[in-house]
Amino acid sequence: MYSLRRRYLANFSVVDPQKIIANKLAQPKSCTYIRNSKVAYSNKMKQDIFQAIADPTRRAILALIAIQALTPNAMAEKFDMSRQAVSKHIKVLHECDLIKPEHSGREIYYHFNAKKMQEFDHWLAQFRQSWETRFNQLDQLLTTIKDQK
Amino acid sequence: MNNNLLFDFNVDKAAKMVYITREFNASQSLVWDAFTRAELLDQWVAPAPMRAKTRYMNFEVGGRRVYAMISPDGQERWAVQEYTSITPKTNFKMYNTFADKDENRELPGSEWDHHFSEQNGITKVHITIFNESFERMERILEGFKIGFAMSIQNLEALLASLS
Repeated sequence: MYSLRRRYLANFSVVDPQKIIANKLAQPKSCTYIRNSKVAYSNKMKQDIFQAIADPTRRAILALIAIQALTPNAMAEKFDMSRQAVSKHIKVLHECDLIKPEHSGREIYYHFNAKKMQEFDHWLAQFRQSWETRFNQLDQLLTTIKDQK
Repeated sequence: MNNNLLFDFNVDKAAKMVYITREFNASQSLVWDAFTRAELLDQWVAPAPMRAKTRYMNFEVGGRRVYAMISPDGQERWAVQEYTSITPKTNFKMYNTFADKDENRELPGSEWDHHFSEQNGITKVHITIFNESFERMERILEGFKIGFAMSIQNLEALLASLS
């Protein structure tokens, strides 16, 4: 379970989730993410994992609760956001199964669903990896040509 | 080797776009050559363990590159790229389609736009790829996965024979 979570984090080049929160989701130098801003809002799309990860705040929420389950109030506090805004993000993440609620007394703690993340992770990681492989090959080729000159 | 070189990889699923930005530690004209000359392209453009083989390439507007991606078990997947716009050293666009070995194109395809710029000896390449269908994007991936799985099998066989 732990390695899975780490893999997810690594995929976004997020070493320390606290850091993202600290600099308010500044994009890392090397990053992989999905934008989905132009998606029409439909029932089908609500289930779409790509849609859920489209938003940088939701990615940060995921990164945070991958480490520790949190209540909506705790999330709102960490992100300095209104409770309503957090609820909206939670709704999207929950609908596509990326997070799971667990009741503890009167509180609801949200957990990270690593299994669901893996679906997406798998697709994107391989796509990105194939490009990384190519470009590393090109790096080598460029070095070889420069040495010959 | 490329620790400080930028690599951005973004997918906009709804718009069926892929955005790639990568820096290279080489001059713009050298990187341009690597993207536009067949003998150089063949040396890097297929992600290992696949390899690329260009049958011919006319790098001019309206010209084509006909090439195959060859998997470790020797299967050839042909494709045709047609150049739609060229601004030497800074930009070229092409239309990419899968094809059979006789160059019969299989639509839909994808539109590629490459932009090159250099600063302090580092060349930045922006690539945008518009796929006419998302299924096609996934199919490209599938091809890659097959190649990768095969190389693992080969490795396992090799290790078995050595031990």
